Amino acid sequence: MSDLNTTMVNEYRSNFLKEVEANVEEGRWVKMCMQCGVCSGSCPLGPAWEHPPQEIFMMIRAGKRDEVLKSESMWMCTSCYNCIVRCPRELPITHIMHGLANYAHRLGLAPKMNPTRRFAKIFWDNIVKSGRVNEIELSLRLYFMDGFKNGVEKAWSMKDIGLGMLKARRLNPLGFVTHKGCKDTKGIHRMLKKAREIEDRRKGFAA
Amino acid sequence: MADMKIGAYVCQGCGLGERLDTKALAQVAQKEGKAHIVREHEFLCNAQGVAMIQKDIDEEGVNRVVIGACSRRAKAEAFHFPTVAVSRVNLREQVIWSQPATDEARELTQEMAEDYMRMGCAEAKKVVAPTPNAAVGTNKRILVVGGGVTGMTAALEAARAGYDVLLVEKTAALGGVMAKLFKRVPFREPYSDPQPTGVEDLVAAVTNEPRITVFLHATTTRTSGAPGQFSVDITTESGQTQTENVGAIVMASGFTPYDASRLPELGYGKSPNVVDQSGLEALALAAAAKGEPMRRPSDGREIKSVVFVQCAGQRDASGTHLRYCSGHCCNTSMKQAMYFKDQNPDIDTVVLFTDLRTPGNGEDFYRSAQKKGVTFTKGKVSGVEAAGDGSAVVKFHDLILDEPAATMAGVDLVVLATGQVPNSGVNIDIPADATDVDDKPVEHAVSVLNLTYRQGPDVPQLKYGFTDSHFICFPYETRRTGIYTAGPVRRPMDIAQAMDDATGAALKAIQEVENAALGRAAHPRSGDLSFPTFRREGCTQCKRCTVECPFGAIDEDEQRYPQFNEGRCRRCGTCMGACPVRVISFENYSIDSVGSQIKAVDVPDEFSEKPRILLLACENDAYPALDMAGVNRRVSSAFVRTIPVRCLGSVNTIWITDALNSGYDGVMLMGCKHGDEYQCHFVKGSELAAYRMSKIDDTLKNLNLEADRVRNLEVAITDMERVPQLINDYAAKIQEIGMSPFKGF
Repeated sequence: MSDLNTTMVNEYRSNFLKEVEANVEEGRWVKMCMQCGVCSGSCPLGPAWEHPPQEIFMMIRAGKRDEVLKSESMWMCTSCYNCIVRCPRELPITHIMHGLANYAHRLGLAPKMNPTRRFAKIFWDNIVKSGRVNEIELSLRLYFMDGFKNGVEKAWSMKDIGLGMLKARRLNPLGFVTHKGCKDTKGIHRMLKKAREIEDRRKGFAA
Repeated sequence: MADMKIGAYVCQGCGLGERLDTKALAQVAQKEGKAHIVREHEFLCNAQGVAMIQKDIDEEGVNRVVIGACSRRAKAEAFHFPTVAVSRVNLREQVIWSQPATDEARELTQEMAEDYMRMGCAEAKKVVAPTPNAAVGTNKRILVVGGGVTGMTAALEAARAGYDVLLVEKTAALGGVMAKLFKRVPFREPYSDPQPTGVEDLVAAVTNEPRITVFLHATTTRTSGAPGQFSVDITTESGQTQTENVGAIVMASGFTPYDASRLPELGYGKSPNVVDQSGLEALALAAAAKGEPMRRPSDGREIKSVVFVQCAGQRDASGTHLRYCSGHCCNTSMKQAMYFKDQNPDIDTVVLFTDLRTPGNGEDFYRSAQKKGVTFTKGKVSGVEAAGDGSAVVKFHDLILDEPAATMAGVDLVVLATGQVPNSGVNIDIPADATDVDDKPVEHAVSVLNLTYRQGPDVPQLKYGFTDSHFICFPYETRRTGIYTAGPVRRPMDIAQAMDDATGAALKAIQEVENAALGRAAHPRSGDLSFPTFRREGCTQCKRCTVECPFGAIDEDEQRYPQFNEGRCRRCGTCMGACPVRVISFENYSIDSVGSQIKAVDVPDEFSEKPRILLLACENDAYPALDMAGVNRRVSSAFVRTIPVRCLGSVNTIWITDALNSGYDGVMLMGCKHGDEYQCHFVKGSELAAYRMSKIDDTLKNLNLEADRVRNLEVAITDMERVPQLINDYAAKIQEIGMSPFKGF
């Protein structure tokens, strides 16, 4: 567990709702949930969630910090926005789910092997590097994230799609070498650093 | 009226002229109906047609008018001749519109129309235009019982409408429950914060209103009379009694919180830190007076954590506690949670609910509570236990996370949302000497009104002890004419609803004193001037009328004869239906007026294959449904002859016996739904009818007839599709069991 986590535990003690309100994107909305369950019922992946959004909100209010932050549930969100559209209380549920996932990740509590978390990390590192996504590199990293054998199998199973994309000139096989970053990569890096600083200051992640 | 002169008029409009031989109808009226003047008109309800009738009344001395046209429910304004008895013959909706417009059907349709003309003329001979009751009461003062928010509002509303009011309050001060609240739930935009109750202003307005006389420390110890002429004894605590006359009464006796000591599992009585909602209001008032935050009753420590337990002893399906929802408690708990949050947002406030119900604009208030940080948890509380340090542990089943053994520890104060128990007085449906399952005498509540009515000292109760009546058929009404209940004694409610209710009851009371002064009936036969009278020589003092009257209108005099209080009467005729010796009648509705219609129908012989079915239809629901079926051209059997009755309760079994004796093949009764979800406009009428009809089997047996010869049906006003079906099914049934053997005798 990270130092940040210890800091937060000490700061908020038993009041997890307050912690969420202060640190999670759109977290101040959590208290407004009226437990109707429309979000859980609307989610296309609903049955696959261990704790659907309605339950997550209730768990936050009940102070179940570890159970929420270590949960795989909010990583299941595909940002289809069905829940936001339907929520009678107009909670930005999708954003809260991503906010919770991000917060759990920052605290080092998010499940290490969660595929969504790993993909998100690969994507982030990829795009930050040059300021632009290197598609061939991204897909190969994704295929090979569970080892070489696994990667070959995945790539093989996708070969028809890959060839089709090649023919349609949607995929550049030489992307590794020809990929060009954005004009001012350093500028992007400076911008992201600054943004992180501001966010940390605002949320009190002084670490 | 010495000389009876019948004028019969047959309309040819609306297709009547094409479908029927109106000339033949006119002849029937003249020859068989013995009408003195008979006229056909192509458009009877137009000014010319109406003028023609009026002219006959004025110049020819016609005093009974028979109008063969549309249903009595149509063109009531045009055919309004108040000085004479009017008999409407429904040739349109229930003859030509309910029969097929074919040549083959023409003969039966004409027979039907002719029978209805005979019936109309027969009725006209037996009725007179009602003369208003001479014994009307003209007192227009209004008595309000109860000086809480409901009573005060009713008194003010009545006074501001120009009526004198007597306000009787049992305690030493006006205000009731409202005066014991710290704040009230918001009642206007933005519905976000608890508001001052405003009780001082209301009390001041009542005290300063010259039309209101307030009696404190006083109760109503005797109430007798009728609308417009109630006599009320008002007794003060010191024992002094004064008698006052009033025209109508608003009963606003309010509620008592459900006794929380019956909830020991929730810790009430075991720990002073468990209170009910009124207990919390007391704490809040005491703290506000001192200008301090609220403190734990047990040791005076500042409160850091509060849990509100909703539905404590309410919505209890087991029947141990209240079965119903009191409606206001969710909003009240949110308001009380805000007492804490508004003072210190760090105080933990949790509302434990199973279903959060926030009627009206409570949804905005709920949202406001959430914004203020009140936590709402869906769960069913199973117990409250004390911890060592004076705090409590609340055990509950978390219904969202499905944790049967969830707990909340370190709770300083537990507030139980117990419900409202109406102060309805005596339940008159339980005999005074009744005993419970253990053979102990049932404890009766103290009467509120102390009515001298034969049926009991208080207003009848509907459900769960509330003095309500059917909310669609009788808005604001009770089963005691001139007495209106308002506020939580009628149904559970909050302040805003109680104030609305009080206004409604005040208007009802005003309406009643005005009606009573003119001798007119109240809802639903509004404006009816007829009232029941009885032939004393024939009365056997059996008391069925006094017992069965749904409105307690009939008392007994010193010689034990029924004493009709016309002002209390709703003119349903249930007494007339009850009377075994048939001595009760109205001027325009009697055993004879219906009986002679039954006998006027031409009953063809056994071999004609034309059965006759009598249909006695309630005028409130069944008859309109039949009309609507006609309007929608739903075809029903041409062998049915329909007579509207005021209520199935007014149906006397003699009509059925007479009908069967004179050769009818079957009798149908159509009335409103009865039982718990009753729709009877006179509350008990259709129920009594069903009871009486259940006894008719013996009569049928004596006549050697099949039980199916009489059929009692429940219909609603919306049953326009079902009603023709019921008729046709019954006609088929009659076909199946064959013609009555009583024809031609």
